[in-house]
Amino acid sequence: MSAVIEVQHLHKSYGDTVAVDDVSFTVADGEIFGILGPNGAGKTTTVESIEGLRAPNRGAISVLGLDPRRDRAELTQRLGVQLQDSQLPDRLRVAEALELYSSFYRAPADWRALMDALGLAGQSKTRFGQLSGGQKQRLSIALALVGNPQVVVLDELTTGLDPQARRDTWALIEGVRDRGVTILLVTHFMEEAERLCDRVALIDAGRVVAMDTPAGLAGRVQADQRIQFLPSVPLDDALLTALADVTSVTRRGDVVVVTGNSNALNAVTSVLARHQIVARQLRVDQASLEDAFIALTGHEPAAAQNQH
Amino acid sequence: MSVTAAAPPAAARGAALGRLTVTELKLLARERVRLVVGVGVPLILVIIFGSIPFYNHPAKVFGGLTLLDVYVPILSAFSLAVLSLTVLPMVLADYRSKGVLRRLQTTPAGPARVLAAQVIVDLGLAAVAVAVILAVARIGYGVFLPRQLAGFVVAALLAAAALMAIGLFIAALAPSGRAGMATGQLVLIPMMFFAGLFIPIPAMSPAVQHISHATPLGAAVEAMQYAAQGHWPHLLPLLTMAAYAVAFGLAAARLFRWE
Repeated sequence: MSAVIEVQHLHKSYGDTVAVDDVSFTVADGEIFGILGPNGAGKTTTVESIEGLRAPNRGAISVLGLDPRRDRAELTQRLGVQLQDSQLPDRLRVAEALELYSSFYRAPADWRALMDALGLAGQSKTRFGQLSGGQKQRLSIALALVGNPQVVVLDELTTGLDPQARRDTWALIEGVRDRGVTILLVTHFMEEAERLCDRVALIDAGRVVAMDTPAGLAGRVQADQRIQFLPSVPLDDALLTALADVTSVTRRGDVVVVTGNSNALNAVTSVLARHQIVARQLRVDQASLEDAFIALTGHEPAAAQNQH
Repeated sequence: MSVTAAAPPAAARGAALGRLTVTELKLLARERVRLVVGVGVPLILVIIFGSIPFYNHPAKVFGGLTLLDVYVPILSAFSLAVLSLTVLPMVLADYRSKGVLRRLQTTPAGPARVLAAQVIVDLGLAAVAVAVILAVARIGYGVFLPRQLAGFVVAALLAAAALMAIGLFIAALAPSGRAGMATGQLVLIPMMFFAGLFIPIPAMSPAVQHISHATPLGAAVEAMQYAAQGHWPHLLPLLTMAAYAVAFGLAAARLFRWE
């Protein structure tokens, strides 16, 4: 697969403040690539440089073989953008906005179909100022897609959406990818990255601290499994500590808590089966992307605060 | 969609400007405030002044013209000034603070075109406003239409260019739509004084008259009144307006930020 976006040693500072220190990554054709990181990590500055809105101090960026600053006319035809916090005139109607934006492109998508796909058909005559937060967000996604772009940059895609609208939007984005569009997704919402992204770059303090698949990133922090269950009959710890795959056995009241490597669950369930012990309320915890995020950046993901 | 032939870029850019202009016109029609401020207020002043007998007596100090004859060009210039100095900066600064211009930067249309569309719409509105003022004054109160019409149009166009350049300069500096409108109003009041809205220019002291002629609106009124009376405007006020247009136009172009 060829590279659609190439960022090499991007550096951008505003006066004394370094927004992006040194960021490099490559996004392949047809991929959904996520940029994850805490607030102020430099995510938005990075994508704004890719969009050509910011002039980097150092480094090289190529999008579809184009220079975002020099080749603006061609790049804007082929790169769709959803910006964080950008609005439209309050009195502009939904259908008018889509029709207007589609007139900017040489080969636009069918804006009416797009309006339907994003569930905005009922609001076609509604003024922007009267739309709900979720409707505004969906309109901004539609406007990012109306030029029939080869690459889309989505900054905080589902912020402000309710859980159902968020899932609908994810399905829509998967549909867009299935049509061959490459997607760069900025998010601080872990579930979104796990669900959508083929690969993610974790950015902290202006640098890439890790880059992998969401599962690979999660696996990197902690290969351990944690197994909890309530045994149907009293159980001797030695049965479990004897297993090679198990590293520790502790108890919390009647609940047995076993930690071990990725084979531990297998080993534990076979021993229990051999002794005809039933494991009630069995729960297995695996490291998630969120654990990776915390381990690698030392921050709690901000998503929790943003899910109003 | 992919079979659609790529339109020539120049044609596509023209189409985008046309579409943006139509959109701005629709938004203008929905936002009555701008119509009331730009057209309604000067028109109401024409009707009020026209209905006061004092304004309809020929006066020696005005060379036999009535006070209303003198005021119609002033109110025409006032209408241009209100649209350029308050309405234009309000809309553009609002677009900037809401991210409308930044969003357009990421499209092939670019933000400069929405600026151009806004100027086109405001110029059109100004032309309608002046035409309505002249027509109402003529039909309702017997004020002669400008006797040197071409000279009046040239003076009005230069006045619009100078005032819109100042309006764009204000829009370049204003952090929000509200700030843009407030700044425009602050600039407008002394300008209107020097243009003779409160006291006619001939009634001012010679020193104040000199200052008046050096202000953009004073120069505009001087040229428009002269043309209304049937003479081609003097070169000096026309050059004064052109100088304002160039100076503030360049400054606005240098200072304008899309975000």
